[in-house]
Amino acid sequence: MDKELKFTWKDMLKYGVIAGVVAIYVILVGMVEAFNERYIIAETINLGQIALFSPVFLLAYFAANNARKIKSSLFAIITSIVVGLIGGAFVAGLLVLGTHMNLRAVFLNVSPELLDILHLGQEGMAGAIAANLIISATVGLLGGLFALMPHKWSNALLVGLSLVLLMGILQELMTITFGNKDWYKPIGEFIYAKKGLSWGGTALFLVLGIVLNLWRSSDKLRPGKKVAKLPRQQQMAVQIVAMLLGLAILLALPKFLGSYPSEILTTVGIYIIMGLGLNIVVGFAGLLDLGYVAFFAIGAYTVGILTTTGKLATVEWNFWMALPVAIFLAMMAGVLLGIPVLKMRGDYLAIVTLGFGEIIRVVVLSDWLKPYIGGAQGILQIPKPKIGNFVFKGPQQIYFLVLAGIIIVGYIAWRLRDARVGRAWKAMREDEDVAEAMGIHLVSTKLLAFATGAAFAGLAGAIFAAKLGSIFPHSFNLIVSINVLSLIIVGGIGSLPGVIVGALILVGLPELLREFADFRMLFYGALLVAMMLVKPEGFVPEKTHARELSEKEPFSSEIEPEAPARETI
Amino acid sequence: MTTASQSEFILETIHVTKQFGGLTAVKDLSIQVPRKSIYSVIGPNGAGKTTFFNCITGFYKVTEGDILLDGESIVGLRPDIIVKKGISRTYQNIRLFQNLTALENVMVGHHPRMKAGWFGAVFNTPGTRREEAEARKLAMELLEFVGLKGYEYELATNLPYGQQRRLEIARALASEPKLLLLDEPTAGMNPSETEEMTNFIDNLRKDLGITVLLIEHDMRVVMTISDIITVLDYGQKIAEGKPEEVRANPRVIEAYLGRGAVTEQETQAA
Repeated sequence: MDKELKFTWKDMLKYGVIAGVVAIYVILVGMVEAFNERYIIAETINLGQIALFSPVFLLAYFAANNARKIKSSLFAIITSIVVGLIGGAFVAGLLVLGTHMNLRAVFLNVSPELLDILHLGQEGMAGAIAANLIISATVGLLGGLFALMPHKWSNALLVGLSLVLLMGILQELMTITFGNKDWYKPIGEFIYAKKGLSWGGTALFLVLGIVLNLWRSSDKLRPGKKVAKLPRQQQMAVQIVAMLLGLAILLALPKFLGSYPSEILTTVGIYIIMGLGLNIVVGFAGLLDLGYVAFFAIGAYTVGILTTTGKLATVEWNFWMALPVAIFLAMMAGVLLGIPVLKMRGDYLAIVTLGFGEIIRVVVLSDWLKPYIGGAQGILQIPKPKIGNFVFKGPQQIYFLVLAGIIIVGYIAWRLRDARVGRAWKAMREDEDVAEAMGIHLVSTKLLAFATGAAFAGLAGAIFAAKLGSIFPHSFNLIVSINVLSLIIVGGIGSLPGVIVGALILVGLPELLREFADFRMLFYGALLVAMMLVKPEGFVPEKTHARELSEKEPFSSEIEPEAPARETI
Repeated sequence: MTTASQSEFILETIHVTKQFGGLTAVKDLSIQVPRKSIYSVIGPNGAGKTTFFNCITGFYKVTEGDILLDGESIVGLRPDIIVKKGISRTYQNIRLFQNLTALENVMVGHHPRMKAGWFGAVFNTPGTRREEAEARKLAMELLEFVGLKGYEYELATNLPYGQQRRLEIARALASEPKLLLLDEPTAGMNPSETEEMTNFIDNLRKDLGITVLLIEHDMRVVMTISDIITVLDYGQKIAEGKPEEVRANPRVIEAYLGRGAVTEQETQAA
C-alpha cells in the first residue's frame, strides 16, 4: 500500500506516455475508424471518439487518483491535464507523421479516412494539432475530476455513463425489434436521434443510472433490507413472488423481443450452461480445464448422429431420446479424461486438458470417422425438438429449451455448492493434501467434479445442435473453452450469478456490435488483464454465502489482523 | 464409543522406518501411546518428528515397520481412510482452507462422518437435510468450544493467528477422532497465548476424552502437560519416559544443548 509515497513530475510523464501509446495502439489496430460510424449521442459523439479518448481519460483518472493521495487536489488536477496533453501530443504526432509519410506500408489501418478522423473536424494541420491537444487535455481534466469526486458519486456517474453507452449501442437493435410497434414510436422518437441517443435521451439515461445506483447503494432504501426485517413466512412469500415474477418476465421475453434478440439470448444462454458447468470444475474444485469444449462437442455430435435424417442418418431418434445419451456420454468422457489427470495439478492439468480438447476436434475432423460424422462437412439435417405440436423451430422457441436448461443446471450447481460435495470441492481447491487429510477421497471427488461439469457441457452441446440444425467441427474450437473460462473469470470465479453476468458481457455484448467482431479477442484480452489488475475477484464475486444463511448480523470488520498469519514466514 | 479392543494402547508404532532415498528420516521408532494420555514427541529441528506424523496419518508410506490403531494395522491406507478410522491432525504451519469460512472449515472436518452424495444434495432429501443440520450444529458447538463463537462466518484467512490455530483444532475435532495429532500447536505464540493453549490441550483430554499426540518445541508446555515424552534425534528415539525422567537424561541434554553442556553438568555433579 505505502509504496507510492511520492508522485513526481516523472510519474506524471509516465502516465501521459502510457496514455499516448495506448491511444496510438487503439488507432493503429483500426478501432477508431471501425467504430466511427456508431454514434452514441446525437450525431456528436461516436464510439470511435470514445475509443480514441478513453485511454487518456482512464490514465488521467489513475494518475490523479495516485497524485491526490500524496499531494493537493490542485496538483492532481494539473496532473490529469498534463496527462491529457501528453496523450493528445502523441495522437497529434501520429497525425503529422501519417500525413507526411506513408505509414500504410506497415500499418494498414492508417488510411486517409483515419487521418481525416484524427483532424477532429479541423481543416488545417495547426488547427488539428490544437484540437487534439485541447480536447485531450479536457478529457484528462474530466478524468481528474472523476478521481477527485467522492467515491459514491463517481460510482453512480460511472453507472449512468455506462447506461448511456449501452443504450446508444442498442439503438439499432431497439429499432429493429420495436420499430413497428405503436407503443414504441413516441418513446423511440424521444430517446433516439437519427444516429445515437437524443440529448433528452442522454440526460434521461444518465440521470436514471445515477439515481438507480445511489438508491441501490444507500442502505436504508435497499429492498433486501426491508424484506429481511419481515417475519420468516412473509420473507418466503416475497421471495416466491419475486421468483415467479422473474420467471414470468423470462418467459415473456422472446415474444416481446422478437427473433434477433432471442437468437442472441439463446447463444448467451448456451454459454451460461457451459459456464455453470466449468464453474464447478474450475471455480469450485479448482481444476483448471482448458479442454472443456470437448464435452460440448460430444454432446452436440451425439445428438447430431442419433437424430439426423440427412445423409448420415442412423437411428433417427427424436431429440428427447438422444438428450440423455448425449449427457451421459459427455459425463463418461469427463470421467475418462479425469482418470489420467488425477495426479496432476495446476499448469500440468491445464496443458493435458488443452490437449484433450484438441484431440476431440482432430478426431472429429478426421477421415477415419468421416463416414459416420461427416468430417469437415459436419452433420446436417438435425431435426428440431418438439413437444406434442410445439416445435422448437427458431430462436424464439429454442430460447425456452435453453432457459429450462439454465434453470435445471443452475439449481443443481446451487444445491451442490453448499452441500457436503461442494464443500469437499472447495476444500480440495484450497489445499489438496489437507483435504485428503480431512477425510476427503480425492479420486471420487475430482471425478465427480469432472463428470458434473462435463454433463452440463453435454447438455449445452445437445441444445446447440438442435438450435443450429447442423454441426461442423469448426464450432468446437479451443476458442470456445477460452470464452467459457474468460466469462467465469470476468463474472467472478466460483460465483453462480457471475457466470450469467460474465456471459452477458463477453458473449452478449459483442453480438450487439457488428463492428466489434474483429476486435473481440483484443477486447477479451484487455478486459481480462484489466480485471486481474483492478477487480481480480470478478464483477459478482463469490460471497461468503454463509451470510445469507446467518440469522444475525454477520460478524464484521471488528477484528484487527494482529499477527499476519502466513506472510511473515 | 468404539467397542474398546483390549489393548491399553490406542496407537502403537512398531519399528517404523522412513527413508527418502539415502536419507533416513525416521529410524526404527517404536512408541506406545496409552488411551486418554497426552504423549509428546520432542527433538531438535530436523529430528524427524513431522515425518513421523506424516507416516501415522498415511501421507507418507513407511519404509519398514507397522503402525497399529486400536490393535489394527493402518499402514498402507490412504489418508482419508485413516481419518475415518479416528486419527486427525493439525499442521505446524497452519493449513486452513483460507477462503472458506470458519464454519465451513469445521464442516469440512466432519466430512468423513457424513454420507450425503450428489443426489442427496441435488434432491435435498430429508436424510441429507437432517445430516446437514446436525453437522452444522456440531460445527457451531466445536467453534464455541475452541472459543470462536461469533466468528463463524469470517473467512479463515481473516482470523488472527491464535484463532487460526484454534480453528484448525476445531476442524480436526470435527472428524470425531480418537487420537488427535497436534504439530507444534504453540509455534509462534507469546507466553500468555502459549499458556492458554496448554490449558486448552489439557481440557481436550478432560472434556472430550481424546488421546493427544503432540509435537512441541516449547519445553515448558511439554513438561507441564505430557504424561509420556519420547525424544527423537536424527530420527531415532534417544529417550522416553515421564517428564522428570526425560529432563534428567544426559542424552537429551546433549541433543538439545550440545556435548559441552553435558560435560559441564558432569563436572558439577563430580
